Amino acid sequence: MSQDLHTQTLTQLSAGLDRGDFSSVELTEALLGRIETHGQSLNAFVTVTAEQALAAAKRADEARAAGNAGVLSGLPLAHKDIFCTRDILTTCGSRMLEDFISPYDATVVRRLADAGAVVLGKTNMDEFAMGSSNETSYFGPVRNPWDLQCSPGGSSGGSAAAVAARLTPAATGTDTGGSIRQPAALTGTVGLKPTYGRVSRYGMIAFASSLDQAGVITRSSADAALLLGVMAGFDERDSTSIEHPVPDYCASLSGSLKGLRVGIVRQHFDEGLDDKCAAVVKESLQVLESQGAILSEVDLPNLDLSVPTYYVVAPAECSSNLSRFDGVRFGHRAADPEDLLDLYCRSRGEGFGEEVKRRIMTGTYVLSAGYYDAYYLKAQQVRHLIADDFHKAFAEVDVIAGPTSPTPAFRLGDKIDDPITMYLNDIYTIGANLAGLPGISTPCGFVDDLPVGLHLVGPHWGEETILRCAHNYEQASAWHEACPEEYR
Amino acid sequence: MSLDKDQVQHIAMLARLKLADGEFAQTVEKLSRIVDFVDQLGQAKTDGVVPMAHPLHATQRLRPDQVVEVDDRDHIQQNAPLTENGLYLVPKVIE
Repeated sequence: MSQDLHTQTLTQLSAGLDRGDFSSVELTEALLGRIETHGQSLNAFVTVTAEQALAAAKRADEARAAGNAGVLSGLPLAHKDIFCTRDILTTCGSRMLEDFISPYDATVVRRLADAGAVVLGKTNMDEFAMGSSNETSYFGPVRNPWDLQCSPGGSSGGSAAAVAARLTPAATGTDTGGSIRQPAALTGTVGLKPTYGRVSRYGMIAFASSLDQAGVITRSSADAALLLGVMAGFDERDSTSIEHPVPDYCASLSGSLKGLRVGIVRQHFDEGLDDKCAAVVKESLQVLESQGAILSEVDLPNLDLSVPTYYVVAPAECSSNLSRFDGVRFGHRAADPEDLLDLYCRSRGEGFGEEVKRRIMTGTYVLSAGYYDAYYLKAQQVRHLIADDFHKAFAEVDVIAGPTSPTPAFRLGDKIDDPITMYLNDIYTIGANLAGLPGISTPCGFVDDLPVGLHLVGPHWGEETILRCAHNYEQASAWHEACPEEYR
Repeated sequence: MSLDKDQVQHIAMLARLKLADGEFAQTVEKLSRIVDFVDQLGQAKTDGVVPMAHPLHATQRLRPDQVVEVDDRDHIQQNAPLTENGLYLVPKVIE
């Protein structure tokens, strides 16, 4: 019996724990065993917290026996290594924070722990979440369980690979331009990015503050709904957290798709999208139609400008956020500095990797005297146009559906030397970040034995609608149940 | 190339980043490509469009100026590379 615990979703495991089929300690031991077996070849984890996990599992079992079980009591998950965890290493995939032990928990970490979740470890990621392939991590690239020569996507690549390989039923992630949804698509998992302000950013190491949002990578939309219900809600410690009621996301799954207006973006199927991916995604749209959804075409005329807009706004915010790493209060410090300036420049030069330095410098440039208006102000204006395009579309439809990523997983090394090609990976996902919209990617088939994702975007606070749409699709298609052979 | 060596040197100094000698040439080349790429924003018609700083157009929430956190200095400073008597140490600034 305990041999197949890794195959179950959070929802199934929760029912099993309730019935007493197994204990959380047994479940945690089983998954720690799988991480031991597969973790290294995938490089999905930076830190495994076996001791703390078993202690938390024991507490969860005791709480359950005493009738005090929380919503997630005894359910295992992993955290992207961008979330601060008290007394546990938090590296953000960087040499800069190689030895950083956070003095506090992120709100996301605290809320999940308070609900009884058991943390198995911290997952690998692109350095400071800057990357779309997990190759910028100081701790080396993560490998895709569907093909070890391929990237799992990024930046939440460790979370996605760990869920895809059944090392954990769920993991947290963060999404600034697609960093939850793209790796979910490339690994055949479900990735949910909520509305900006829905989940607290407190204790989530900042990359681009007006775009960053925490979410989850899971095996099903039902599991994503379960976790979002715990993570969402106002937090006075995050000044951008928004006071908005938290609905019962699990209850929102049950409705049908009858009459749901689904918009297909004309520009999504233009050049740039792999032909085979286009065919798979179109097939999934027909499934939605057969379930009662009404398909129509919508326009996002400024879609092409979303990637250049993002690569001004995000680096500008990153250059400001990452100025806190100065080699004085925490993080890497260069040896034998000559003076204070040398201490700053060498600590940062040594502590940050290539891509992070490039983005800091891009941001510094677009914010510098003489260039601010031409780049930063201009990008903020175009951002407004892009957001308006979405709002116009949502006057006509309830959900926008299309591909998550232009291609299936690409080979490690294929795109890392060309920043522009790498950046264009996020063309279908970036718009939701610029406009602050919720988005979800769910598996919708395969191209050359590699998974493809269906991307659903909703209006602000439309999580219930996209979760219901994805859940209905999963019930009809079952692509989300596919598992790479070696990890069954 | 849209950026030259001197410009990149200037940007690196503004950002307080020391680039290794081997990093420099490819940084100039790749940064130039990024700048060329984002230059296409110049074609967008944005006359009269209000710049967007927050995706939900929310304003910054303020809280009363009250002490709410406990003093946790010793715990926090365990991450500091160099401290003495609760102070962060840096190279001498004033001769």
